[in-house]
Amino acid sequence: MSKIEIKNVYKIFGNNPQSVMPMVKDGATKENVLEQTGHTVGLDNVSLNIEEGETFVCMGLSGSGKSTLIRHLNRLIDPTEGEIIVDGTNVMNCNNQELIDFRRHKMSMVFQRFGLFPHKTVIQNVGYGLEMQGKSEEERNKIAMEKIEAVGLNGFEHQYPNQLSGGMQQRVGLARALATDTDIMLMDEAFSALDPLIRSDMQKQLIDLQSELKKTIVFITHDLDESLRLGDHIGILNAGKLIQVGTPVDIIMKPADDYVKAFVKDVNRAKVIKAKIIMKAANETKNINKTNLIKVQEDQFIEEFLPQVVCTNSNCEVVDKQGNVKGYITNKELQTSLTKS
Amino acid sequence: MLKDKKNLFNLGLLGIFIWLLIISYNSSKRKPETIGELLNDFSWLSDWPKWLDLPLMPWINKGFKALNENYGFIFEAINNFLLFMLMSLKNFLVQAPWPLVIIGVVILTYFASGKKIKTTVAVGFCTFFIGFLHPRFWDKAIETTSIMLISIFLCLIIGVPIGIWMSRANRVREKILPILDLMQTIPAFVYLIPGIMLFGLGAVPAIIATFIYAVPPLVRLTDLGIRLVDTEVTEAADAFGASRKQKLWGVQVPLALPNIMQGVNQCTMMALSMVVIASMIGTRGLGDEVLLGLQQLNVGRAAEAGIAIVLLAIVLDRITQSYGETLQQRNSSVKKDLK
Repeated sequence: MSKIEIKNVYKIFGNNPQSVMPMVKDGATKENVLEQTGHTVGLDNVSLNIEEGETFVCMGLSGSGKSTLIRHLNRLIDPTEGEIIVDGTNVMNCNNQELIDFRRHKMSMVFQRFGLFPHKTVIQNVGYGLEMQGKSEEERNKIAMEKIEAVGLNGFEHQYPNQLSGGMQQRVGLARALATDTDIMLMDEAFSALDPLIRSDMQKQLIDLQSELKKTIVFITHDLDESLRLGDHIGILNAGKLIQVGTPVDIIMKPADDYVKAFVKDVNRAKVIKAKIIMKAANETKNINKTNLIKVQEDQFIEEFLPQVVCTNSNCEVVDKQGNVKGYITNKELQTSLTKS
Repeated sequence: MLKDKKNLFNLGLLGIFIWLLIISYNSSKRKPETIGELLNDFSWLSDWPKWLDLPLMPWINKGFKALNENYGFIFEAINNFLLFMLMSLKNFLVQAPWPLVIIGVVILTYFASGKKIKTTVAVGFCTFFIGFLHPRFWDKAIETTSIMLISIFLCLIIGVPIGIWMSRANRVREKILPILDLMQTIPAFVYLIPGIMLFGLGAVPAIIATFIYAVPPLVRLTDLGIRLVDTEVTEAADAFGASRKQKLWGVQVPLALPNIMQGVNQCTMMALSMVVIASMIGTRGLGDEVLLGLQQLNVGRAAEAGIAIVLLAIVLDRITQSYGETLQQRNSSVKKDLK
């Protein structure tokens, strides 16, 4: 069973959403609905499963409904129709108190513009979720300090958020989300407001933390490079519809439609595709030139061994961590994988 | 279905209008003998006819009389309570030695302004100059301030909760906004008079009138302040599982405080101007000095009292304003960093 299941979720913004539902279900476009009824379609029949321990990246341009989608998971926004099931419980059936408990113990969230409490110090901000869980101040401060250290902000715990730089503020946001130790973390364009250097720094920090913590992360972004770097699976949204869900390689190698194609056309494939994806399995390969073989780890990206291949004009032998030969890469494979369709 | 309800409502309004027309016609003493006359003689179309007169005045007067006779004890209780508070406050301040009062004001300013020396010294001098202008002004200023403080206290305990309520329910807001408009547009004299009828001459109707006059900005700014709290911050509180109460007192109210303090500041300034007007109904204080100067055509006297009022305004404004500014500095620069 998946950690999070979203089933046929519709969200329509406007005065009387129910009245528009039949029209949307009949397949009217977002523009048509807006023109004829004044209602905005936020999400249009979105269904997806998110597995435990994976990072699911939801990508789309502004207005595609990605922020709306993430807010459905903890019901900051209620869907017009559809079900949201987390750990086997239907969140839609929760009453007020159950919903509050659910938010306290199941999910935490990181916001695009940080969403820090300006009237609380860093340590109070980080401890906020714990405070809501009803933990004592002593315990709160102890856990908060651990998390502050984990994101590298020791020494700043008694500052107010406005005394910190943007990157540091988002670290506080991250620490706050980590502090409650929930299984699921929602990140709404968490790094979009940061400048590029700090952003890639934060991405790395998130990847490192995730390799230890193995949380289920739902990450929202409009940046394709970011989604390829972080995501185990990527879902692409356009105008409220989920167009394609797949691994980063799927998205690049087999774009579902023109929209996705346009999206991925400028991606540096060598940076995203791993050796094991394009190799030809060892048992399928015959009469290959085995002189000058270059040894390549199966998890290496193409860009890491490409220069060597070009210089020596030789083939690659792909090995796993134990050193067993898994397959081979020749110029032909490199050519097909790197050519833009 | 929604449309039906609206139509019914409009029909009801039309019914009330016709009913009022009939009542005004029937109750008028100067109506024509028969309705038929109206159809023969059309002169009533040129000048407003005497019989087309809504008898609102006798209704209100009768209502007030009934209110006074039947529920007078309630107003008396309110009267005694407010008077007791006012007297204790006033007597305390009047009996305290004046240097102590000035020192008290200075200390209050010092901490409210976040330890700004300049503001503190200026406020200290302003306070001193009120008495310095005319020794009689000192006690009068204290009397004025006491009435204001009681009114502002009423504004706070009634206005802030209403503002909070408005910010949380759009329906409540829709209903209260027109009442606030009404309170702000009805001339102050109009509610001074019923005040006198219910509470008699003196300080208590002044307190009530000041409350009515000064509370709208506080209510509005409380409502606005809470609505203006960054949605992402309130969302964060929600996302971490804050209950409505925790969100309100832990996040929204603290972040709305600069705006609420601005409301308190506005409330104070309006209360001051009202206290001066209230001197017309025999409220004592700096206002009656102005009134006396006016009656005696004594420019110097009126000017002196006027300046004293301005000084009092500066003192009160600086104290409330600078407290709001201190709060603002901490809260707002988060938004600044983002831009």
